[in-house]
Amino acid sequence: MQLLNLYNCLSTYLVIGALLFSFGIYGMVVRRTVIGMLISSEFILAAASTNFMAFNRFLAPDPVIGQIFTLFIMAIAAAEAAIAISIMIAVYRNYKTIDTDDLIDLQG
Amino acid sequence: MQAIVCQPAAAPMLFSAEGMVGVIFLLTVALVFTGAVIAVSARRLVRAVAGLAVCFTGLAGVYYFLLSPFLAMMQLLIYVGAVSILIAFGIMMASPEEKKGTGMQNRSLLAGPLAFSTGALMFAALTVLGLKTEWQVFPRQGSFDIKAVGMALLTTHSLVFELISIVLLLAIIGALVLAQRGRN
Repeated sequence: MQLLNLYNCLSTYLVIGALLFSFGIYGMVVRRTVIGMLISSEFILAAASTNFMAFNRFLAPDPVIGQIFTLFIMAIAAAEAAIAISIMIAVYRNYKTIDTDDLIDLQG
Repeated sequence: MQAIVCQPAAAPMLFSAEGMVGVIFLLTVALVFTGAVIAVSARRLVRAVAGLAVCFTGLAGVYYFLLSPFLAMMQLLIYVGAVSILIAFGIMMASPEEKKGTGMQNRSLLAGPLAFSTGALMFAALTVLGLKTEWQVFPRQGSFDIKAVGMALLTTHSLVFELISIVLLLAIIGALVLAQRGRN
């Protein structure tokens, strides 16, 4: 049963990463609030981490590098989420909304 | 078909220890998939955050299968424990419920199908790329254990380690300043 050996195959993890990335792209386009887009961007970062971890497990000569890089991606993602949330709170205080349709001051 | 790298390549029986591991892996992937679908398609943002937490819990399981229990724990701590909670707080403070009914009228009819086809094209292209490429396996030199990770983090990658800590500090201060500004 080849289905049960999927966890030992590189391509499984690459497909999982591609799936997460495309979910992130889809949510990025279809979401109408800034927080929804933030959630989607987390998916894109998670897809990158998954790819790093997969190549780290199967191909890399030194399996430490991928783990450390994934750790850095996590730190950057946490910082990005904190900054994005505080920007949203500041925007909400000024505009009383964070809907992307209403934040159009820069629209010519 | 040389392209697919499987180590080991032999498939286990269903009723054996390895077979059970395979079943658990399929459940984990199902968790990732379900969480991702909920997170991008839920109408209420609180449910989307719950889907995000579910998806990242499953992803921690995937990291465990990639032989890194340390990263699995970090995924649970940072993403499920911190980032999801942070986004939930953001939703509570700004209460940005997506407009019901009104949101659909002023948006272009093409937005949904266009977004879906963009995502599907990305998925197809990346999957074909991943499956068709002839990956080269290099002989392994290091080990997976956490001690090696700690040693590399504090010797080879120490500069990046320090930079990350400065970035996190600046992010904390910046978030405080930004959230403070404009407060009455």
